Amino acid sequence: MTISETAEKTKGAASIAGSYAQRAGVFDELLGRGGVPREHWKTLLSELDALGGAELSHRSESANRIILEQGITYNVYGDPRGRERPWQLDPIPFVLDGAEWAKLGKALTQRAVLINRVLADCYGPQDLLRSGWLPPALLFAQPEFLRPAHGIRPPGGIHLHFYAADVARSPDGQWWVLNDRTQIPTGSGYALANRLVSSRVLPEAFRNCGVQRVAGYFRQVQSTLASLCSRRTDEPRVVMLTPGPYNETYFEQAYLARYLGYSLVEGQDLTVRDERVYLKTLSGLEPVDVILRRLDDDFCDPLELRSDSTLGIPGLVEAVRAGNVAVANALGTGLLESPAFMPFLPGLSRHVLGEELLMPSVATWWCGQKPAEAYVREHSGELELRPAFRRHRGFAGAAWDAKDLERQIRFAPHLWTAQERVALSTSPCWDGAHLSPHPTALRVYLVATPDGGYTVMPGGLARLGAESSAQFVTMQGGGASKDTWVLSDGPVEETTLIHPAGGVVELRRVGNNLPSRLADNYFWLGRYAERADATGRLLRSALLRFNPESAGSEAPLIAPLLETLSAQGQFPDGCGGTADELEAALLAAVYDPSNPGSLRGLADKAEQLAMLVRDRTSNDVWRALSGFNECVSASPDGTEPLATDAIAGINRLLLQVASFYGLSRENMTRAQGWRFLDMGMRIERALYLATFLSHALRAEMADNPSVLEAVLEVADSTITYRSRYSLLPNLAAVYDLVLLDDTNPRSLLFQLLQLEKHFARLPREKQSALPTEAQRLLVGSVASVRLLDPRELSERNAGWHAGQTGVVLRDILQNLPRLSDAIAASYFAHSSISRA
Amino acid sequence: MNYTITHRTIYDYPAAVSASFHAARFEPQTFEGQKCTDFELRVWPPPAVQKVRTDYFGNRVSFFSIQEMHRRLEVSARSRVAVKAATPPALALSEPWEKVRERFRDPVSPADVQPYEFCLDSPLIMATPQLADYAKASFPAGVPALVGVRDLARRIFREFKYDPRATTVATPIDEVFRKRAGVCQDFAHIAIASLRSLGIPARYVSGYLRTVPPPGKERLVGADASHAWFAAYCPQQGWLEFDPTNDLLVGEDHIRVAVGRDFSDVSPLSGILTGGGEHEVNVSVDVRPEG
Repeated sequence: MTISETAEKTKGAASIAGSYAQRAGVFDELLGRGGVPREHWKTLLSELDALGGAELSHRSESANRIILEQGITYNVYGDPRGRERPWQLDPIPFVLDGAEWAKLGKALTQRAVLINRVLADCYGPQDLLRSGWLPPALLFAQPEFLRPAHGIRPPGGIHLHFYAADVARSPDGQWWVLNDRTQIPTGSGYALANRLVSSRVLPEAFRNCGVQRVAGYFRQVQSTLASLCSRRTDEPRVVMLTPGPYNETYFEQAYLARYLGYSLVEGQDLTVRDERVYLKTLSGLEPVDVILRRLDDDFCDPLELRSDSTLGIPGLVEAVRAGNVAVANALGTGLLESPAFMPFLPGLSRHVLGEELLMPSVATWWCGQKPAEAYVREHSGELELRPAFRRHRGFAGAAWDAKDLERQIRFAPHLWTAQERVALSTSPCWDGAHLSPHPTALRVYLVATPDGGYTVMPGGLARLGAESSAQFVTMQGGGASKDTWVLSDGPVEETTLIHPAGGVVELRRVGNNLPSRLADNYFWLGRYAERADATGRLLRSALLRFNPESAGSEAPLIAPLLETLSAQGQFPDGCGGTADELEAALLAAVYDPSNPGSLRGLADKAEQLAMLVRDRTSNDVWRALSGFNECVSASPDGTEPLATDAIAGINRLLLQVASFYGLSRENMTRAQGWRFLDMGMRIERALYLATFLSHALRAEMADNPSVLEAVLEVADSTITYRSRYSLLPNLAAVYDLVLLDDTNPRSLLFQLLQLEKHFARLPREKQSALPTEAQRLLVGSVASVRLLDPRELSERNAGWHAGQTGVVLRDILQNLPRLSDAIAASYFAHSSISRA
Repeated sequence: MNYTITHRTIYDYPAAVSASFHAARFEPQTFEGQKCTDFELRVWPPPAVQKVRTDYFGNRVSFFSIQEMHRRLEVSARSRVAVKAATPPALALSEPWEKVRERFRDPVSPADVQPYEFCLDSPLIMATPQLADYAKASFPAGVPALVGVRDLARRIFREFKYDPRATTVATPIDEVFRKRAGVCQDFAHIAIASLRSLGIPARYVSGYLRTVPPPGKERLVGADASHAWFAAYCPQQGWLEFDPTNDLLVGEDHIRVAVGRDFSDVSPLSGILTGGGEHEVNVSVDVRPEG
């Protein structure tokens, strides 16, 4: 039955849900008995009707635009570049009423408490194994049972700080737990991002529905983590440990770290000294109290856990054992993620809590028990076979033929479970023209409270399957999601993270110290952004001068430009071929994605580096950076770009770079991050300018006004020159402007002086009366540039490069790479780890 | 028999190591039949932190970390151990092997939970039908379990060639099984995997072996290394140790240091270094009987 047959009779006007066709045999979230919309959907439906279909499509597009602009992505494995895929969000929220939510929350809280108690027993006395409530194989045969963590009692007895459950509704309306997430419950950051988008695209509906806020959950996350600190301090240091930017939920990690105010660190940023964990920062080691881990626990310490892990922190387990650092979730919690535990939870609940389990798990059989094995064998066709434990070697999923599988189960039955297939409930999704029902499962998030209870996020991540399927797809498989609106019975509590409860905030002018690795990334981001800028200017000047009509005659004017690029390995040597060859080479230097030195390659690299500092970068800056490669990507329809297209693309790119510089200059505080970004940029600019000038001086016609015009163009100083000299470019005047003029932000001297300023402000490892190597190099370079007199150039008729100017340029070209190395050695020394 | 054991390990690194973390398992166990009366672990350069604790399997493990620049690490363990001579157990009195297997099927009784852990797969050992078939030849119907184990140890001794060049520490057991060659670690793994594939608990034992000097000659110092063998479990007899490399029931000549599911649980010295590069290792073990 469709809604049009019932509801519309009373309503008259065309409803947005008019053609929504409820599917037979499953529970529908929107429509109840007789195809009448359920009570808690009515406000939303009337809001949607008020908007109308066209407006809703428009809102859906704005949702997609916000997602793109905010860079909300999910990495899909298997892509060689770990390409980020934009997050998919359906604009229609998943609506639940407050009373039902309260029941759901109570059941999941009970489950979290139970799981925590079971974990405490498994990593402690193991009474449950001896009393027969838990088959010992569930523990002993599990790779997730981390024996080195046995005997460690975490602060407050809390192992499971974060818990998420995938729940779904069966045809009779009953909620079931499909999966327990106890290792690293992912997705709360995506739920937060969904909320941000949905409340923005449907503001009227969001207000009028009385939607419960999710910020309170995140405030609880902050106070729970702070409570784990063992030091006496008002400001416990919490860091979020990430496996790195290729992880599928890296966006979420950076997003949450920024929202919660934690440093996002990799294992190599941390070190253990005297059984304490420290963060390596530019000004030395800083103690870490709590690690919010997004790295699987067995990877966390190569000394005691997986020895092949390069992502962990050697000595971490000892530091945890000594009680000097807390890890959330505690090491070893992945144990309870195994579906094999599900059949035992009702008994455990009665035994451990003295309560009936409030929400059932999807029917599951663990084949380690004879009767279960026999049942699974008989009903294998109707059941979903799953390995009992993660990383069960030898399992290749569907590739097994039935006979093989049968043999496997017979030989090692305890390694297998089977589950009933669940027909998920459907919820309405906007497909661009109307609402259609999609199978939906909900992930609900809980965080432990210091008193041993749990707080439930009122909301969660609703995930969708294809319209035709009954199963929902995983995020890794690429499904869409929805925001979840839990309606409030009373007034909605407004909370934000800006004012944490109580306490006086100490005012600060500097942020938390910058981890050395991030300083490294900022430095190289600055270098690559400027490399893209300089390369763009050189190529643009070359393309503007390139004229197929008079091929050859322009060659002397183009040569210094191309030689500069060749010197950096960005252009083929000896480009004196035909006009066609030259044009092809120029276009390849702009567009070729397989050449790391092409503009496109540089733009990609800059974007990758930006990704690495994502948690510290504003959305505006991110938008400017991620626009780089679009400017220099060949058209997707495969048409060959022309020289004019390339010039237009470079113009756009130079504007993007300029807006990135502008934003970072105006929006970043003059702290260490900005300083390293600017240092990278200055070094690169000086390097390209010096390379180009020394090639220009070598040119036969170095004093030719056309060559000098190119010099002014590349150094972006044409206008300044014209405002000062009303004559054709003159050799001495041009070189004075681009080399020596310390008021010209494009001059070589200006770059060197900026670098000197930065050095004076950077923390020094050892206080020494003597200047560092980097400072020595700089002082020498500045002095030699200052002492130049460009008039010596005008006195020559040829061989300009042999004069003092040429010598100084060559010295600078030698010093700049050494300067960069010296910076790396003093500030970014994150040494490699090896094994014995 | 009393022994003084010296186990020295020297690492030479081509590049300086700025920090290192190590776990060492050198201290012989004390139990009915063996007593470690004295133990000393010396590390050079001196560690900033050193701690001793008992690991999950009851082995003594020493954690230490060096936080100064070094190019050479020297770890030297010295222990004095008294080993009691025991009457050889009557293998034929053990339960038929099928009964042992039945005991270690779910649900296992509380008394059997501890040995049951050694029936299941571990990081380096996975039960397979092939290994079960291999073991079966030693376990005809109704044979006392320990008689079968003894026979399995003998077959490994006869059918596998002792060849240090055939394998490395990292060679997986299916490759050892295919090559029918390896060293003590490999033979212990093969025996354990075969027994677990049948459903009989088996565990890995690391330790030292006294080398009996040929008549009229000085015993060689430093020629020996650490040794490995395995233990099998039977309800009445408990854990019994067998040495498939020498075709022996373990007795007065063996000194037990650590037990675990496989080599990965008992590795004598493991470490994670910052810096270092491709290093060289020198190990010498001296097991000297006293009177």
